[in-house]
Amino acid sequence: MQHCDLAIIGAGPAGMAAAAEAAQQGLSVILLDEQNRPGGQIYRDVDRAGGSRGAILGQEYLHGASLTAGLGQSGVSHLSGAVVWAIEDGFRISFTRHGRAGQVEAERIILATGALERPMPVPGWTLPGVMTAGAAQILLKQSGVLPRRAVLAGSGPLLYLIAAQMVRAGTPPLALVETQTAASPLAAARHLPGALRGWRYLAKGLKMLAEIKRAGVPRYTGATEIAVAGSTGAEAVTFRSKGQAHSIACDTVLLHHGVVPNTQAARSINVPHVWSEVQQCFVPETGKWGETGRDGVLIAGDGAGISGAMAAEYAGRIAALKAAEELGRITAQERDRLAAPLFSRRSRETAVRPFLDAAYPPYAGAVRPADSTIVCRCEEVTAGDIRSYARLGCLGPNQAKAFGRAGMGPCQGRYCGLTVTALLAEANGQTPDETGYYRIRPPIKPVTLGELAAMEDPSANAAE
Amino acid sequence: MKTDSPFLELADDAPRVRVWFDGLPLDLPAGANLAAALLAAGVQVFRHTPVSGAPRAPFCMMGACFDCLVETGGRVQQACMLEVEEGMKIARPHEAEANDAAL
Repeated sequence: MQHCDLAIIGAGPAGMAAAAEAAQQGLSVILLDEQNRPGGQIYRDVDRAGGSRGAILGQEYLHGASLTAGLGQSGVSHLSGAVVWAIEDGFRISFTRHGRAGQVEAERIILATGALERPMPVPGWTLPGVMTAGAAQILLKQSGVLPRRAVLAGSGPLLYLIAAQMVRAGTPPLALVETQTAASPLAAARHLPGALRGWRYLAKGLKMLAEIKRAGVPRYTGATEIAVAGSTGAEAVTFRSKGQAHSIACDTVLLHHGVVPNTQAARSINVPHVWSEVQQCFVPETGKWGETGRDGVLIAGDGAGISGAMAAEYAGRIAALKAAEELGRITAQERDRLAAPLFSRRSRETAVRPFLDAAYPPYAGAVRPADSTIVCRCEEVTAGDIRSYARLGCLGPNQAKAFGRAGMGPCQGRYCGLTVTALLAEANGQTPDETGYYRIRPPIKPVTLGELAAMEDPSANAAE
Repeated sequence: MKTDSPFLELADDAPRVRVWFDGLPLDLPAGANLAAALLAAGVQVFRHTPVSGAPRAPFCMMGACFDCLVETGGRVQQACMLEVEEGMKIARPHEAEANDAAL
């Protein structure tokens, strides 16, 4: 079995930066990532797509190439295409790669598992043709594939980004259906002084909105009662805006109302999580270095709370310095000296977040969906089902599994967990923290018997 | 094969290879993301759910939602985590045997 000082899970901005920094400080590093090429979702396939699609995707995407280059020169052992399915004490990490199970051992772990789209359960969201806005971004980045007749629905800067990229690619969306009200940016205005420190992001947002407007894309705000109509696929988006009912025929619907930390790996090793009222999701409890309640486990990037790609990069390097100090490669003084500029750059990057969180709150209609809306996509459990479990005395998500299998399908609750917690919390008059979240157990990704049978023999390796 | 796809493919000079989806021949870019290539080729329903038989297709494109499950190489796998290889035979999960019987 391969042994290293530091194992990093996830090759997005946090993971790539952490790997390069740790190697620089003399640690032996193994970086495990599910994708075949580094970049994470934000810089997905940047080394291949940057050239041909750079003009559409923009400068901020191309920045990712500096991280993949840094990783390439670092001497880090990058296990691409490695799907991690278990982390055990010690630490022993089990994964599947090229059809075979494998294991590595590490003294320290940095989880850099990034974000997932916040689930947006609206009627019809399980139909073919309905995807997350992030999925459309991935299609464009990795494959140069774009929806021809799409409606974008929800809220947040990512909707503007994909809309602007679609405009640049010559297939503008049919409409932007936005759920935030005029009051949300107003309420957010009190965060403006902070946000102005992150003025680049605000300027970029205004520039994208101007691009979308110039292309003549209709925008609707304060949208409610959003639903996707269709029998075997999306045919139209229906909603109300400013007192009027609308229906827009389309082939593709892109949903987005923010991203949330991907906490599956952290939860599987019992890292404590708490509800964040500001971000409206659970976040792991982390210190300023990314340290957690579990000794030897650090979390960097959006997986520790949504802060964006640039902040993730600094957080990755900060966590790597902490690991290097804990393993005795650098002193605490060196660590602090090297980390000081990173902390100040990270705080500049995160200054805009409170404004964004307040200006683009999650869509209320999807946080507490109507009874007939499916919330658990895998097991097809509706919001009404969850509410009925509460009436029968169900207090938490783990009990809800026994009532009706919510969260027990292949996605393991990734796209229903927050909704189920919200529904039970409301029905029982409890807080999200009191209600809790699914208990996440390994394997956190499916593994087949064939893959296990093909596992390299750990004892044989140890004898080498 | 010509299909009316709801998706536009920007120019791609990757060589095309022949694969079969649900018995239909498709020429897809070698090495491309399988889920993306199938969408671009006009495949709209990737599977039917075991619970109600409802149609599904890629939703997250990042290996998290499992809605793009297809059967290939004798296994049910996420199409968004696979790359196009020459000669792939792809079927909707648990529909492969029915297809074989029909051939």
